[in-house]
Amino acid sequence: MQLTDTEKAMRDGSNGPAVARSMDLLIRYGEALGAERLVETRNVAGAYNASTPSVRSLAEEGFGRVFSELNLDSDEVVEVPRMAVPTCQLITGIDLDNHELQGADPALVEMQRAGEKYLGKRGVNMMCTCTPYQVGNVPVQGEHCAWMESSAVIYCNSVLGARTNVEGKESTGAAGLTGRIPYWGLHRHENRLANRLIRVETEVNDMADWGVLGYFTGFEVEENNPAFEGLTYLPDLMKLKHFGAAAASSGGVEMYHMPGITPEAPTMDAAFGGTARPEAIVFGEAEKRRTWARLQNATDRKLDFVMLGCPHNSIEQMSLVAELLEGRKIHPDTALWVHTPRAIRQIADRSGYTDIIRAAGGEVMSDTCPSISRRMPEGVRVIATDSAKQAHYLPAIGKVQGWFGSVQQCVDSAVAGEWLGVVQ
Amino acid sequence: MSETAAQSRVITLRGRKVVGGKARAEALVTTQTISGWGGINERDGSVIELHHELNGQSFAGKVLVFPGAKGSSGWSAYFHMCRLNGTAPAAMIFTRMTTKIALGAVVTRVPTVTDLDGDPFELIESGDLVEVDADAGTVTITKPPG
Repeated sequence: MQLTDTEKAMRDGSNGPAVARSMDLLIRYGEALGAERLVETRNVAGAYNASTPSVRSLAEEGFGRVFSELNLDSDEVVEVPRMAVPTCQLITGIDLDNHELQGADPALVEMQRAGEKYLGKRGVNMMCTCTPYQVGNVPVQGEHCAWMESSAVIYCNSVLGARTNVEGKESTGAAGLTGRIPYWGLHRHENRLANRLIRVETEVNDMADWGVLGYFTGFEVEENNPAFEGLTYLPDLMKLKHFGAAAASSGGVEMYHMPGITPEAPTMDAAFGGTARPEAIVFGEAEKRRTWARLQNATDRKLDFVMLGCPHNSIEQMSLVAELLEGRKIHPDTALWVHTPRAIRQIADRSGYTDIIRAAGGEVMSDTCPSISRRMPEGVRVIATDSAKQAHYLPAIGKVQGWFGSVQQCVDSAVAGEWLGVVQ
Repeated sequence: MSETAAQSRVITLRGRKVVGGKARAEALVTTQTISGWGGINERDGSVIELHHELNGQSFAGKVLVFPGAKGSSGWSAYFHMCRLNGTAPAAMIFTRMTTKIALGAVVTRVPTVTDLDGDPFELIESGDLVEVDADAGTVTITKPPG
C-alpha cells in the first residue's frame, strides 16, 4: 500500500506509540482489503466504551489496556493521546440515569462512568447514540468518514452523500488517532453506483411501510446497492432512518439511491452511472404482506414489553409517542421503554413529553437499547416493537417472542396489555 | 509412508494472502455467511444464529471455510474476543471481501486467504485436513482415504 511521508512518519513513531500502533493496524487492514492507499478523514464514529462483562477483566488493568487491545489491536499497552480528528462514541450498553431499571450490575455502571471520563479527556464526544446524525454529527456530501453502526453507515452514505464503509471497533480507534482510513469500497465513486433495481408497486407511506420495504430490500439485494422506482410519497429523516436500519439488518445494504430524493441520484440514470439497468425486483402488495409476516416472531398475544426507538427516536417521534399516550395508562403487566439520544431527551423533557410518557407508566431511555445492552425488564417473554431492526435482532438475542407493528399499534397494545396488531 | 497416507488425495489451491502465517487443522465448511455480534458465542467459538447451518458447532481450532461476514459492525470485535479467549479458528478461507471480514481477520491474527483458483465449497468438506500457508498463498487439502 502506498503511504504519504506523513503516514510513514506516523508509522515510524513520530507522533508517539499509540499513533504508530494505529498506523500499523491501518496498514495491515488496508493490505488485507487490497486497498491502494489511505484517505484522510475528519469524522470518526466508533465504539470505545467499556460496559460489558467480557471487557471487565481488561478494564481491571486500566482503560489504556482496553483501548490498546480493543481499539488498536495492540498487545502493548500504549498511552492514548487526544484524538487527532473529531471522534464520537456511538451507542453504549448502559443508560447512566436508568441503570437500575435496566438491572445493570453496579460495578459495570461504575466502569462505564470511569471509562467515559477517560475517553472524554481524550476528545471522544459522548454522543452515545446509534444516530450521531441526529445530534450534530452531520457530514457534508462527499466527506470521507469512518463510521461503525450499520444503520448510521447506510444513512451517512445514502441520505447525506458522505462516504464510509462499515468500520469496526479497532479501525475507528486507529482512525480517531490518525485521521486516516483505507481508501476502499464506498470511498470510491464507482462502488457507490446502483447495481440493483427495485420497483415499488404498492403504497409506501407510513413508518411501518418504510420499515417493511427496507426489510424486504435487504433480503433481496444482500450487500448490493439498490435504486428505487415507483415511490410516490416523499420520505423524511425518520422514515429513511427506519428504512435503512431494516435494510442493513436483513441484508448488508450500505448504499441506496432514490432518484429525486437522495443526493447522488438526481435521476435514475445518474444512480446507475450510465450502466445498463438490471431487471427490476418488484415490491407489491404480496411482497409487503409476506415481509410483514416475516417480521412476526410471536404466537402469544399477552404482551410483557414494548420497545420503541430503534434507531433512537427523533424529537418528532417522541412528540408522537407522548400524543398517543396522553391521559392513558399502560397495562400494569406491560412495560414500555422509549429510546432517544440524551440530547433529544433534553428537548423531550423541556417539551413535557417525558412527563406524559412517564405519567402513563412508560420510561424514556438513552445511551443504549435492549439488543445492545441485552437487558429488558425481568421475566419478559413477549415483546412488541415498531422497529424492523429490533424485531429482527431482539427475539434471537433476548430469547423472546417478538411482534412488529406501527407505533400506534404498539402504544395501544401496551395500554391493553396484549398485542392488538394485525396478524397477516 | 503408511498405506493410509498413500491412499489420501491431496489438492492444492492458490490464492491471495489476507493475513500471513501457516496453520494446519481440520476444516469446518459452511456456504452461509457468519454474523459476529449476535451470531457467535465468543466464549466457546460456537455459532449461535438461530437458523444457521452451523448452529451449535464451534470453529475453535478449525480451518473455517465460509463466504465471509454479515451483520453488525461489531464483527471484528467479536472475533477479536475469540482470539483473546483462545476460541478463534486456526485459519480462515473466505470468498467475499468486505471491510468486516478484512478487519476481523486482521485482529483475529490467524492465517487467512481469499481469491482461490478453485471453489473451496466444492473442494473442501468439513473434516478434511487443510493446511493454509497464507504467506505462500496456498491451501493444501488432504482428503481422507476411501
